[in-house]
Parts: sequence; C-alpha cells; structure tokens
Amino acid sequence: MDRQLLSGDEAVALAAFHAGVSLGTGYPGTPSTEILEAFDALGGRAQWAPNEKVALEVGLGAAFASARVIVTMKHVGLNVAADPLFTAAYTGVSGALIVVSADDPGMSSSQNEQDNRRYAIAAGLPMLEPSDSQEAYDFFFTAVEVSERWKLPVLYRMTTRVCHSKSVVTPAGRGDGASAAPAMGPTPAPATHFEHDISGRVMIPANARPAHRRLRAKLAEIAAWAEAAPINRVERGGPDPGIVTSGVAYLHAVEAAPQASFLKLGMTHPLPLGLARSFAASVDRTVVIEEGDPVLADALRAAGIAVEPGAEMYRFGELDVARVRRILARDTSPEPAPARGKPPELCPACPYHTVYATIRKLDLIAAGDIGCYSLGVLPPYQAMDTCVAMGASIGVGLGLRHALPPEEARRVVSIIGDSTFVHSGISGLVEMAYNPPETGHVVIVLDNGTTAMTGQQEHPATGRRLDHGPTARLSIEGIASAIGIDSVTVIDPYADPDGFESLLRERLAAPGLSVIVARRPCILAAADIRRYEQQAAGLRAAAAASPEQAAFDLPLSTD
Amino acid sequence: MSRIVNVVLAGLGGQGVIKASDILADAALRAGRDVKKAEVHGMSQRGGSVTSDVRFGTAPEDRVLSPMVPRGEADFLVVLAASEVEVTRASLGPDGVILAPDLIPEADLPNKRSLNVALLGALSSHLDLPVDAFLEAMRAALPERLHAVNERAFELGRRVASAAAAGRVPEDGR
Repeated sequence: MDRQLLSGDEAVALAAFHAGVSLGTGYPGTPSTEILEAFDALGGRAQWAPNEKVALEVGLGAAFASARVIVTMKHVGLNVAADPLFTAAYTGVSGALIVVSADDPGMSSSQNEQDNRRYAIAAGLPMLEPSDSQEAYDFFFTAVEVSERWKLPVLYRMTTRVCHSKSVVTPAGRGDGASAAPAMGPTPAPATHFEHDISGRVMIPANARPAHRRLRAKLAEIAAWAEAAPINRVERGGPDPGIVTSGVAYLHAVEAAPQASFLKLGMTHPLPLGLARSFAASVDRTVVIEEGDPVLADALRAAGIAVEPGAEMYRFGELDVARVRRILARDTSPEPAPARGKPPELCPACPYHTVYATIRKLDLIAAGDIGCYSLGVLPPYQAMDTCVAMGASIGVGLGLRHALPPEEARRVVSIIGDSTFVHSGISGLVEMAYNPPETGHVVIVLDNGTTAMTGQQEHPATGRRLDHGPTARLSIEGIASAIGIDSVTVIDPYADPDGFESLLRERLAAPGLSVIVARRPCILAAADIRRYEQQAAGLRAAAAASPEQAAFDLPLSTD
Repeated sequence: MSRIVNVVLAGLGGQGVIKASDILADAALRAGRDVKKAEVHGMSQRGGSVTSDVRFGTAPEDRVLSPMVPRGEADFLVVLAASEVEVTRASLGPDGVILAPDLIPEADLPNKRSLNVALLGALSSHLDLPVDAFLEAMRAALPERLHAVNERAFELGRRVASAAAAGRVPEDGR
C-alpha cells in the first residue's frame, strides 16, 4: 500500500497530475502557493500568472479548448479573479476547470478572513470542500467529473489547515465509491480541440440571458445529484446532537462529539436540501459546525430546516476541538486568550531596513501594500499607514495626495513590492500619470527580485518562470517611463543609504511624478537568484555555440 | 485514555521546528501509524514564533481526527527556544512532559543547529516508535552531509532523556 504523508496542497497537486490536468496556473498566495510548485515538481505544466484574474482567464481559455485545468489562488485572489469567474459560470467550459480558493480563517497570513463559500452562491458555481489530504486528493476527481459533466467551472475550497496540514494519503481510488479517483492509475490528458460556440461563449446580453437560465438549470440538476452523491454522507450515531458540517470543521467535530450523528458535506453548493431535511428530522437537535460565516446555517434555515448555528463569537477565527465543544455546549463565556509569541520581523539583513528607517526619519505618510515589507508596520519602524489590498498602495497614496492640504500631501509616498507592482500596481501608475495630484507623487517600488513573503516565487519582472527557467523580463523602470512618469530612478538602498535618503528628499520636494525602484535582492533568495542567473547564462552560451538548440526549451536543474 | 499521542513542537523561525515535526511525523508514518501534522506557515518564516502539532495513533488502527492538538492536551511539548516555553505551556496536558533546550548539554551538542534533532532523540525515548523509523525519517529529511552529525545529536538526546528518567546526571562522552 502506497501511503504518503502529504499536505493538502501536495495532495491536490498529485490528484491534478493523476487526473490528466494539462495546465496549472495561479498567483502565489498563502496557503495556496505550494499546489502549483508541487504540480511542477511532479512534472505537470505549472505557471505563475501576473495576477489571479489573468490566471483564471488563461485557465478558462484552456478549458474552452477541452483541457483539464487547475487555477490556484488564496481567498482574496478570488476577488481579483471574480470578474471572469462570474461570467465563466454562464459560458461554462468544454473541458474541466477547477478553481482552488484557499481561505484563511483566523488570518494566519492574510488581510481579511472572507468566507469564499459566498462566491459559490453569488456566482452560481458548484463548490467542493475537502477535510484532509486524502479528501483533497479524492474530491479532486469528483470536481473534474462534475466540471466535465455539467460543463461548469468548479470551486474547490480549501482552508489554511486543509492546505498546510499533512496527513496520510493513499493515492488512486479506494474502490469504495466515495472517491472518483481511478483505481488503475493516472488518467491521460484529454485531446484538445476547438469548436465554435458563439452563442455559448460570447456573453453579449442576447446570449447571456439564456445562459443565465442554463446555469440555473444546471445547478438544479447538480443539487439533485448531490442528494445521493457519495461526496455527501450521513454518519449515523446517537440522536443528540446531529451535526451538519464540512471541511476541517468536520474532523474537529467528530473528535469533540464522537457519539453524534453527522451530515458531512463534501459539496457545499448547491446543497442537498432533501438529505439535510431528512437528517435534521432524524435527530433531536441539529447543530451546524462551520468555520467562518453561517453560510450553511443560513441556507438550511432559509429552506425551513430547523438547525442551530454556532454563536456569533465563533464566526471569528479558526475552529478547533475545544471551540466545537463550546459551540455544542452553547458556551458563550469568554475564551482563553491565545498564546502570543514573538511576532515576525524583517530579516536582519533585509535590504528594506534602510527604506523604512528613512521613511520614519522623514516622518512620511506611507501608503503600503501586501508583502514582506508589510512588516515595516511593526516595531521598530511602524512606518506604514495603510495596507488594504494587492496594489492598493498607489491608488490610496494618490487619494491621500488629492485630499490633504499641500504641506501634508507632500509627505505621502506609496510603497509597493516588485511582485505586487506587476500584480496590480501598474494600473495605479497609469492612474497617477492620468490624474496627477497637484503636489505630484512618489512611488517606491521595493524590488527584491522575488515574491518573498510567500516563499520566493518568480514573477514577470524576475525574468524567470515558475520552474526558475529564463523567460522575458518585464522592466519595472521601463514600464514606469512608458506610462509617462516624469522621473524614474533605480537605486540600491542598502549599498547607498545616504543616496537613497537624499533622492527621496529631492523627489518629495519636487512637484512631479516619481518612481524610485529600490533594488536589492531578498537576502533569503540572493544565492538562489545567482544560481538561476548562472544557469541561464550557461544556457545562453550553449545556445550561441549550437544555435539549433533552443535555449529556452532546455530543462533547468534547480538543485 | 487517549489512543492518540499529541506532540507540540515550538521555537523560533529558522530553528528547525518544522523540520523536526516533519521527521517525527514521517517516523510515525514509517511505523505504520495514522499521523497528522499541522502548523501555520507564512509570517513565521520571518523569525517569529513557530509551533507545529504532530498527532499519531498508538496502534495502527487508531485514526487521528483533527490535525491540531487541542489546547491543554499535549502529551509532549518540545521547545527549541527557552523564550517559547511560557508562550506554549498552555498546550500541555496535566501529565504532559516538557522537553526544553536546557535538557541538552550545549557543550555536548555536535552542532548547535542540531538541537532540533537532539530534542527529537530525547522525545523518542518517551515514545514507542522504533528508533530506526526516526533515523530513516531523519536521513530522508536531511542532506547526506548532515546525517552523521544529526545521528550523534539524536543519540545524545536519547541518552540524556533516559538518564533524566533514571534520575541521574548523564555521563559525558560521545
């Protein structure tokens, strides 16, 4: 028996590889990042997109061509991808499109704890929720089956504990009907082809009106299927309590109340309301144990099924066994304070120390962004005044400049990392050139040559692909100049802190528009970056020596 | 009585907490047990507090449910940084055992960075997992050039833990 200890992320990657997924794309975001890295390591085709919207669009195109595709992102990434997502529910797909939303209840590494089960309801898409790594593997095949049968994208909701916990996985089907995984080993990728379907895929209003009706009809069919699908199951125990649950909350609940009866939902949209109704009727008391918002409880109560949600206090943060015990006991007394350990900080040799020391010294108003450099908000610098969403530093900085009196407006800077700049900072820079504040504005791009916070992933401005092999490099300073920014300067703030300070003072005093690219490799990534560059140089030399070899097609060793 | 062994490992980013919990979980897997391991990645990479929970069955048929050790139910708390003992003490059960860095004589440690494996050695002397499962898991998790030094660290941990259990001062020697 081939038992492996895998994280949920690794299990999804393995399932995607076994299910004949021919393309994986996404944008790094904790806790989803490792899925595509593991898919690449297995030999799958995995690539980072500049942001989640582009990733989903690339995935949708591939699925229009009948491919099986996985697109990965963290929960807030789905906000970025929401525009194509909602209409992809109308167009549907020809192959399979599995969109992983990795939610972060408790916000271990996120700016909010939005519950993306709401997206399944809002967009009208089926949603599957595994509880552990075995289910993360098994359910993926069901997701592919549902996606291909109803020709719809499927949302695959994981949470921090499902993504990052490791548990035992036996790959390939267990033959018990609970898994759609093939018992005989990996499935080859289906052949791709294109068929015109203008009325199905061109969502002008005349086509979108019937498409919306088709979507609702598909959801009704899926709801009927879900009533008897093995992915939703009743585990019969005693009559009090009966527990309706999904995801990792199910495991906490079984441990907290082993004597209970369970309705364990693997598909949380659309819901098997008939199954839920008969389950609730079969027990004395039905409690919904769910992490985050009362999504299941609200849906069941709206359907007239008498269920009891957890108290409002349990909406916040993750659940665990102790909290589930409290919910079942209707205990709303104050909870013990969680242990507060040492907070994270910028690495001792981080090139950003100089930048934050200068911002603090000059007493600036700093519109910040998402990344390692968010740690500039913590002591000793406390040099960040806003942090809202990927790319928001530039727009928020511009708004502050527009609204504040000139002497205060001149103290506003926007601070954004290299990967974040490519993700969604570029359109902010376009806005800056288009609607410049009267006092001008200064954007500092902290370019450490990697997506550092999520574990040093590549992005378009590193000039390397997900597998660290060479590709075209986006020039941050080049794009700033092309957008029409008056003055664009590249400086190493670590090598020349005094030069950085005088440059920043000068630009703040000037009325124009400035971009300062503060460039120095992440201290954690520097050695790897040097190695990748040497490998790329070696490939270029080899290609020059024998031009018939296409350098970019050569595999790169990253060991 | 619980049929699940609950271990919480704690320390600071960069100390090898996650590596130690990977080795422990793999050792349990190699011993044929059901095992789950949970930790929070991300921010902890930047020098902050790191904890990792490992739970495994005492027999092959025992199933682990929640991946997280319930607060106050850890059988063992393995702490790599003295500063983290008080921070994580609440995870420990009433009869739980703390294995802290002061257990390992620093002078005897073949390499300071092997403290995680030395404490795993100490933990192993409390568990009914085969020593070979630990050593195989350690070798699978670390590059070959680090095997010898970590085998010595593991052995040191086992020696001091069994000496401590026997209530005597360990003999020096390697």
